[in-house]
Amino acid sequence: MSFQLALELLPPTLADGLILGLLYATIALGYTMVYGVLGLINFAHSEIFMVGAVVAVELLTYVLAGSSLHPVAQLVLAMIVAAAVSAALAGLAERIAYRPLRRSNAPKLAPLITAIGISLFLQDAVRFVESLFGQFIRPFPSMPFFDIPLPLTPNDSVPMKSLVILIVAGAMLAGLRYTVNQTRLGKAIRAVATDRMAASLMGIDVNRIVMLTFLIGGALAGVAGTLYALQFGRVDPFSGFIPGLKAFTAAVLGGIGSIPGAMVGGIVLGLIEMLIGTFVPILTNNAIGTEYKDIFAFGILILILIFKPTGLLGRPSTEKV
Amino acid sequence: MAPGFPKRSVWLIAYTLAVTLLCVFVFTGNGLIDTAAFLALLVPLFIASDFDKCDPRVGMPVFAFVLLCALPIIGMRNTFYLDVAIQVGIFAVLALGLNIVVGFAGLLDLGFIAFFAVGAYLWAIVSSPHGAALLGVGFPLQGDAFFVVAVAAVFVAAGTGALLGLPVLRLKGDYLAIVTLGFGEVIRVLANNLDKPVNITNGPQGIAAIAQPLTEVAGALATTTAPAFKWQALIYYAVVLTLVLVAVLANRRLDSSSIGRSWLAIREDEIAAQAMGIPLVRTKLIAFATGAAFAGTMGVLFAAKQTFVSPESFDFNQSIGVLAMIVLGGLGSIRGVMMGAGLVTILNLQVLKSLSAGLNHLRATGFEIFGWSFANLPTQFEPSKYERLIFGLILIAMMLYRPRGLVPAQRRPISAKNAGRVS
Amino acid sequence: MRLMKTLTAATTSLLLLTGAAIAEDKGTIKIVTQSPLSGQQSVAGEGIMLGAQLAVAQFGKQLTDMGFQLSLQPEDDQATPNVGVANANRILNDPAVLGVVGHYNSGVAIPSSEVYAKDNLVMVSPANTNPAITDRETTRAIANRICGRDDIQGPAGANFAMDTLKAKKVYIINDKSAYGSGIAQTFEAAARKNGANVILSTGMDQNETDFSSILNRARVDQPDLIYYGGTYPQGGLIIKQMRQKGLKAAFLGGDGLDSGDLQKIAGPENMTNAYFTTTALPLSQMPAAAAFAQTYKAKFNKDPEVYSAYGYDSARVVIEAIVAAAKAKGGTMPSRAAVAEAVRGVKFDGVTGAIAFNNRGDIASAKYVVIEAGKSADANKIVKIIDVAAPGGS
Repeated sequence: MSFQLALELLPPTLADGLILGLLYATIALGYTMVYGVLGLINFAHSEIFMVGAVVAVELLTYVLAGSSLHPVAQLVLAMIVAAAVSAALAGLAERIAYRPLRRSNAPKLAPLITAIGISLFLQDAVRFVESLFGQFIRPFPSMPFFDIPLPLTPNDSVPMKSLVILIVAGAMLAGLRYTVNQTRLGKAIRAVATDRMAASLMGIDVNRIVMLTFLIGGALAGVAGTLYALQFGRVDPFSGFIPGLKAFTAAVLGGIGSIPGAMVGGIVLGLIEMLIGTFVPILTNNAIGTEYKDIFAFGILILILIFKPTGLLGRPSTEKV
Repeated sequence: MAPGFPKRSVWLIAYTLAVTLLCVFVFTGNGLIDTAAFLALLVPLFIASDFDKCDPRVGMPVFAFVLLCALPIIGMRNTFYLDVAIQVGIFAVLALGLNIVVGFAGLLDLGFIAFFAVGAYLWAIVSSPHGAALLGVGFPLQGDAFFVVAVAAVFVAAGTGALLGLPVLRLKGDYLAIVTLGFGEVIRVLANNLDKPVNITNGPQGIAAIAQPLTEVAGALATTTAPAFKWQALIYYAVVLTLVLVAVLANRRLDSSSIGRSWLAIREDEIAAQAMGIPLVRTKLIAFATGAAFAGTMGVLFAAKQTFVSPESFDFNQSIGVLAMIVLGGLGSIRGVMMGAGLVTILNLQVLKSLSAGLNHLRATGFEIFGWSFANLPTQFEPSKYERLIFGLILIAMMLYRPRGLVPAQRRPISAKNAGRVS
Repeated sequence: MRLMKTLTAATTSLLLLTGAAIAEDKGTIKIVTQSPLSGQQSVAGEGIMLGAQLAVAQFGKQLTDMGFQLSLQPEDDQATPNVGVANANRILNDPAVLGVVGHYNSGVAIPSSEVYAKDNLVMVSPANTNPAITDRETTRAIANRICGRDDIQGPAGANFAMDTLKAKKVYIINDKSAYGSGIAQTFEAAARKNGANVILSTGMDQNETDFSSILNRARVDQPDLIYYGGTYPQGGLIIKQMRQKGLKAAFLGGDGLDSGDLQKIAGPENMTNAYFTTTALPLSQMPAAAAFAQTYKAKFNKDPEVYSAYGYDSARVVIEAIVAAAKAKGGTMPSRAAVAEAVRGVKFDGVTGAIAFNNRGDIASAKYVVIEAGKSADANKIVKIIDVAAPGGS
């Protein structure tokens, strides 16, 4: 591979990798928040994300399409509604499927199974609702504003939507960090995350804090879903699974439970996928194709975890004796 | 428990015989009632295997009667029941294998199906024309090499498990979970991609025409009423039953052995276990490799039974499915995880199917209830489309109702004889 | 009165549920569809089922007039081999079932058809283009398909790409499914034989949505053509992402792209220089098909999927075969083997083209159509029609 080719390919690859990584990161935030507080992998998060994406697309297609609002305003409105629906769903999942298990002192894996149950249910429930109105694979409505090219290098450009994703994802991280680090609610969340029992002794209503964590995580998933639909232009009831899996990987890569870790993990994963997908086929003269990118991505994940067993930004776990 | 012959045992025997007769002579089809009758036949298995409540002297014969006599007869009449029994058996052994890793040693493994895939592809490659093109002279192996390869698969899968486990077992809890998930995906993606640069797995096209064991026996037994394929199914049933028996015995022995106690110690408190001199990595590796060995053997059987393997049989959902079986059944409880395997498999392959077939039939015939005809059911409500949705609801309900599983594991007191040699 | 009616209906239903055929004069005949009805691939799977339902409603009368009861039993194979095989065993043990319409996934169809073959239960596949479906000796008698074969469609696409589009530099992407990789392989082989320069041939899992790692490179290599072996949900995304990255190369794919939603996903403004090969003329341009599309829409309140038409024709094949076999037996219940044999003699002009089988179970002479995809499905234009006989049969 010539140096020239690499130079030419690198900027768009990095730009696309960053956007993909930001999308993973926004989903990963929800995983990591719930994990931080409860030590629970919320496997239903990918479906909560999917519902957000579906709601946003339906809203933009059927309600907002005819309006004279600016495309950005339409998108923001869709995001708010999607966030509300996803948050409500996440709260419902906590109330119905997780809280009763905490109360009954169930084994650690029990919530995993109820989460899978919720996932299966949500996929087919959304499919049912969607198929009442036609096909369940829904295209994102055509919004030319988000495709306006912005110059990146003299040869390359990125569409407007990339900028939108960058700004929204950045705002999500900043907002979340502020909430967790600077507000009373954040203090309570951190207290519950550190020691649930002690927190409740200090007068914190643990169930309320857990519920709020789920609501925040759900709302983030709704926004992430909207961004995902905007970027890829298509949603269906099963489109949550793969991004969810990748985001979960990203959360672990960054150090699960850590908010900046989720962001870093997402971006690293996105970049790795994109770089490998582009350069490995070139380097191996097509013997190893793009289809191997997941193998490399997981391979790198394993390598990183061997050397940093708690992820890139995870706190080293203290061994209690 | 009580000496003599308590009344309950009489009832159990009478019930078993009655249901068997009903299943053999009356409810031989695939409808809802037949399914219910079949399920009723499985109830004695549940009761008879509970040695705390049921006298083994009565329970064991009842148990053996159902498995060795009633099921084969019903299965020869209607091979669907044999197929269900075989699939239950396959998943039961998978569940027992995963139970060692998750239930005994407390290591969350989200990519368990990978070892199943290793076994399946092992047999597929050595016994199919596709593999013959790859391996050259001497291949494909005859169907009867199955038994040799099944044993070999124990070691191949255990080796793979150890190989994969070695670098990652230092990781804790959920970090281990994601890495095993990653390994599971890597194996599937490899199976899907290794048609290029070298065609080993034939990629997404899968490997067809895989040899089956003991075909000549099935052929020799064939009659007009019982053609060879039914005997072949019965052979698989016998093989599966044997393997389940081996797996249960192995699980029992391991559970009460010193290594089993080490697993328990690691599961409960890693640091304390280490302080007591239990070698962490080695003990965990043994758990990983043992679990993998179970799965590998069943993979060989699965490939032979299906005569076709492709990567879609080994995706993440399958790993999750086996995990659901053991958690539903009761982590660490041998009887529980087997029940979980049976329950999930029968629910998916049989109960939900016959439920939707029954509903569909009501619709086709325009059955009316309170003046409302099932014929009005819109196509969006096609019952067979919502089997997974119902399954999801059942998972949630069962977990909420029995959070520790159907048959929770019980801590048995440790005998003084074993107590001394924990490590 | 009403109570009586309900009670009788209930008893009959119960009797039927037990599998014991009630004392009709001729007995019950069931046709089964096996396709994914839940999960990601259920769009196609449901299309197959609904198409078959329509066929039973329209052509089933021949059998009910003869005194049989006819019903369609939809099964969900969940696109998973072991579920498909378990269903197959269930179906096999229900003597009322005389024919199967299915499957959607070759990976499910191959092991399931091994089960059907045990008791000569005929399978008519609406969608499995994998050559192995009809090429295996074990299922020779019972496996049939009304769709084309990958090993013809791929080369047909390659010829079009070389001769008409004059493509020299080619990118090939497949979705790593049995269908996508099969058709892409045969395309690649034919393209290389015709002297094409295949710069990149790679896979991209069918669940992926981001193709930029491949398309960024295409911006440097500037291929004349990007070929995609896969289905429309991803195909539409590739077209969209190509055009948004300023790639003007032609886009070509197989019949998996043949859906009205291709344009909706890609965005009408991006639909330039995009083609696909298929085995069916566009529904909008066939008189018989237009009527089919209309009835379908009226009955199910949605537009037919491509596979609806295939499901419809497959079910019709099964019905015609049962009728022929029953007539040959003096109007009594035919055996499964007789139905399987009768399928090979069925001939009619279906919605998807002329239906007639060769002795391997492939469509005797299949039409392959190259279509230029327009801004909407109605604007699709036929570019070329190629008639090819299936290989190996007679």
